[in-house]
Amino acid sequence: MSDIATRPAPNLLASPLVKTGLILAAIVAVLAVGIRLDSSNTLYAIFVDPFQQMVQAPDLLVQTVWEGLVSGVLYALIALGFVLIFKASGVFNFAQGIMVVFAALTLVGLYEKGVPAFLAVVITLGVMFALAVTIERVVLRPLVNQPDIILFMATFGITYFLIGFGEALFGGNPKQMIAEQLYLPKGAIDLQILGGLVSLQKIDIAAALIASLMIAALAAFFQYTRIGRALRAVADSHKAALSVGISLNQIWVIVWFTAGIVALITGIMWGARSDVSFALEIVALKALPVLILGGFTSIPGAIVGGLIIGIGEKLGEFYWGPLIGGGIESWLAYFIALGFLLFRPQGLFGDKIIERI
Amino acid sequence: MSTATLEKPAAATASDTILSLNNIEVIYDHVVLVLKGVSLTVPRQGIVAILGANGAGKTTTLKAISNLLKAERGEVTKGSIVFDGERVDKLSPNELVRRGCIQVMEGRHCFGHLSIEENLLTGAFTRRDGNAAIKRDLEKIYTLFPRLKQRRTSQAGYTSGGEQQMCAIGRAMMSNPKMILLDEPSMGLAPQIVEEIFEIVRQLNADEGVSFLVAEQNTNMALRYATYGYIMETGRVVMDGEAKMLRENEDVKEFYLGVAEGNKKSFREVKSYKRRKRWLS
Repeated sequence: MSDIATRPAPNLLASPLVKTGLILAAIVAVLAVGIRLDSSNTLYAIFVDPFQQMVQAPDLLVQTVWEGLVSGVLYALIALGFVLIFKASGVFNFAQGIMVVFAALTLVGLYEKGVPAFLAVVITLGVMFALAVTIERVVLRPLVNQPDIILFMATFGITYFLIGFGEALFGGNPKQMIAEQLYLPKGAIDLQILGGLVSLQKIDIAAALIASLMIAALAAFFQYTRIGRALRAVADSHKAALSVGISLNQIWVIVWFTAGIVALITGIMWGARSDVSFALEIVALKALPVLILGGFTSIPGAIVGGLIIGIGEKLGEFYWGPLIGGGIESWLAYFIALGFLLFRPQGLFGDKIIERI
Repeated sequence: MSTATLEKPAAATASDTILSLNNIEVIYDHVVLVLKGVSLTVPRQGIVAILGANGAGKTTTLKAISNLLKAERGEVTKGSIVFDGERVDKLSPNELVRRGCIQVMEGRHCFGHLSIEENLLTGAFTRRDGNAAIKRDLEKIYTLFPRLKQRRTSQAGYTSGGEQQMCAIGRAMMSNPKMILLDEPSMGLAPQIVEEIFEIVRQLNADEGVSFLVAEQNTNMALRYATYGYIMETGRVVMDGEAKMLRENEDVKEFYLGVAEGNKKSFREVKSYKRRKRWLS
């Protein structure tokens, strides 16, 4: 008797399948009723018309998704730089954006000074390494064991230092990325898809390929190498990593250098699509919603988050933008991220916090 | 008798002791004096216990040796630490592990998101003797801890406390150490598991020749396995001796083993008794 009374009622809502099903059913029901009652056609314009357009002109849809995919890959690259450093040193590196600009500027600047293109890449890598060592020595080491917020503020300092330093060295004018000299393809491929013409920029294809390669390489590095394992160990617990003899200083240099490499590649790709200027730094802020979506600690999260934001942004702009006069691309990403923060604050792939109770 | 000890050649003592602390003082944050002159020695291939209540300075002593203190803004300000015939008080933990002295921290500190096997492999970070040797040692750890082998692919964060302690000790063993500083291995574990862990310590000591310095609150257990013990109180060593002697010592029985003979003293009497004892020592 008392047993029945205290037994908890079977909670159907606990099953995610049931929950999603219910939510979907509710949405469909609301829509069905709403469209009936809708006199001014607003709901129709939001919920029906865009999808009709997608079905009617699939080539346009493919083109939009492709463009979203490409910018998504590039967002993912920037986010990757953030994730690497966040995982290993617990620092949200505000300077990642400026590192992208700085790397690209160094590359172009060296080329303009007469260094052959590929040698310039090598030297730029050297500069990024020197930057990693300097940051570890001058910023991270003295601030070890300080609260995270202090390290975060320190990365602001790095940002402004790099802006000033970059401008002093290379000037503030936008520069052309040396895409051709690096044998990056130019022009477009026109494809006949679904009864329409879809044009794919070759540089975009190259960017997607290179980014995928790099992400795969990084994932393998993290999963299977001794240093990669040590990086994950440091990400897990600084103290324990110290106690087994992992040198934090060495790991930090490696991580910042890796982030520097990622920054250089991102810089080349972004630079080839537009030009190299300090305005690129703003793009880095797009990585923020990507990180919120994907989780700050997850490399797959950075990639999937980047793709979702990239594609969502382009689709939103193209199909829903006109409804409110366009220009939603610039804020839609943050809007999506906000929604995620409300329902899944650790992001799609963020580390589950393992806690023994 | 005293001349005999004096005449003992220095070289012989150096090779008999693997670790010696000479009157070390530790200050946290430049202000808090935590260790007030601690001296102890660990013989090669010995098991030595540091005993004492919370806050006595056991953990700080171990961290001073492994130099994990620096990460907590602590500093050895006086005295010297000699490991394996070499001053080590200025070395980083990384260099110490490379020289064969590794700490297993209180509360295990396994890498929760790494699998058990990956945890063990991180222990081999400082080694330079090739993958074959590391693989061989991994198998050795698995024969020592069959339970770890069963759970090799599970995330360490989801294993039990006992398994985590085994993982932490196994991880330390993977660095091929001469000496392990073991901090509070019994913390939060069932008596049976504690016994199992200490048996493994004994086995490692006997088979692999690893020296142990164990900080424990479980005085009873520690003195059964150690050969020598130091008792600490508020940053000082207040008593030391052969484990057997300490086990039978009336004061130790009363204060740490909780088995006093005769009528029980009141808390206040115990306090003054302690104070008197400190003056005497």
